[in-house]
Amino acid sequence: MKPRVLIAAALAGLAAPCMALAASTGTVPVEGMPQLAFGHPEQGRFLVANVVWLLIIFGVLYFVMAQYALPRVESVLAERRARIEGDLEQAQAAKQQADAALSEHQAATARARAEAQAAIAAATQQAQAEASAKAEALNARLNAQIEEAERRIAASRDQAMSALRTVAADAAEALVARLTGGADRAVVERAVGSELAARGRV
Amino acid sequence: MAAEGKTIDALSQFELTPVLGIVGNSVGFSQSTAHMLLAVGLITALMMYGMAHRAVVPGRLQALAESAYEFVHNLVTEQVGDEGRRFFPFVFSLFMFILFGNLLGLFPYAFTFTSHIAVTFGLAAIVFVLITVVALAIHGRKFFGYFFPEGAPVWLAPIIVPVEIVSYLSRPVSLSIRLFANMVAGHVMLKVFATFVILLGGLGVVGPFVAVLPLALNIALVGFELLVAFLQAYVFAILTCIYLHDAVHLH
Repeated sequence: MKPRVLIAAALAGLAAPCMALAASTGTVPVEGMPQLAFGHPEQGRFLVANVVWLLIIFGVLYFVMAQYALPRVESVLAERRARIEGDLEQAQAAKQQADAALSEHQAATARARAEAQAAIAAATQQAQAEASAKAEALNARLNAQIEEAERRIAASRDQAMSALRTVAADAAEALVARLTGGADRAVVERAVGSELAARGRV
Repeated sequence: MAAEGKTIDALSQFELTPVLGIVGNSVGFSQSTAHMLLAVGLITALMMYGMAHRAVVPGRLQALAESAYEFVHNLVTEQVGDEGRRFFPFVFSLFMFILFGNLLGLFPYAFTFTSHIAVTFGLAAIVFVLITVVALAIHGRKFFGYFFPEGAPVWLAPIIVPVEIVSYLSRPVSLSIRLFANMVAGHVMLKVFATFVILLGGLGVVGPFVAVLPLALNIALVGFELLVAFLQAYVFAILTCIYLHDAVHLH
């Protein structure tokens, strides 16, 4: 390809000084438009030759463009397109990876949060259960103590009540003895018992 | 050359003169031909040297070559369709050849080979032959149905067919005359106003001040001619694409 470029450049370089060599108008004056002077001895010849040269030169241009220049541009453009597409795919893959990592991270966070909440809930429940168990045990003990105390109170009251009967019988006997000079212990005790029973204080 | 006596000579710039001495004279190698070679050399240099680096991120020259490629490529695929890809090298060569011919002609001392009806008609004839051959190769005899649109009343055929044939045959004429006339008109105007600058500049004391007017006009004209140079190459290329579309699809 390189030599062809050089040839084309050489031709182009040749053309430039040719302009300087261009001689002024010929001997026969040109009448009207030189473009239409087909009948002029010199101009007519050059006009026709120019068309022939045009066909040759345009053919060369077409050949060079179709065979070398345009496929080269096409390949460069295709290369770039492929590269851009490759880069885009790569970027998309990276993005997908990043998205996956992000969602994984989010899932892990959510899982950790759920676990923490479950642990908190379990600990709270346990503490509540323990507290309620303790409270129940305490209540039970207290109730037992209360019952015990009540029982003791009842016992001492019964004792006191039974003592009351003896004391009442003693006092009644003493009173009867002072008043009557003698008292039957059994009668007195019966009377006291019936009296107490009447008052509801056995 | 610009002004001989009182007359304004705006046409002698289009005269062909032989270059390369006696060799050039004998093979009819004129300055117009030299400019064609120069244009081809510049186009080839742009496309080959510009793309030599094959850079992924293009430099200036490569960007120019690539944008020229893509501009014409879009033109062809949009106008002709996917079948037009075969004609892309042709349309590209045509567009670049005319564009460089038009632009080269704007340089001082340069010659505009697109200002010759023989050249533009030669290019248009290539296009005409191409579209006719393509249409015949693809559609065979059906191509002649192109001259009588389907659905038209048969009794109108004596009118429609000649009109269609004339319009088809006038394609290369309009194609070549449009480009030729645009380039000639622009260069004649440039020459006329340039002559005014010289004529008015010689008018004593006020001369130089008056001569500024045609000079300013010429500066504007050069900018306008740049536009015309591009536009005419584009018009030639897009009309070629439209004709190719007709040849491939028949309407």
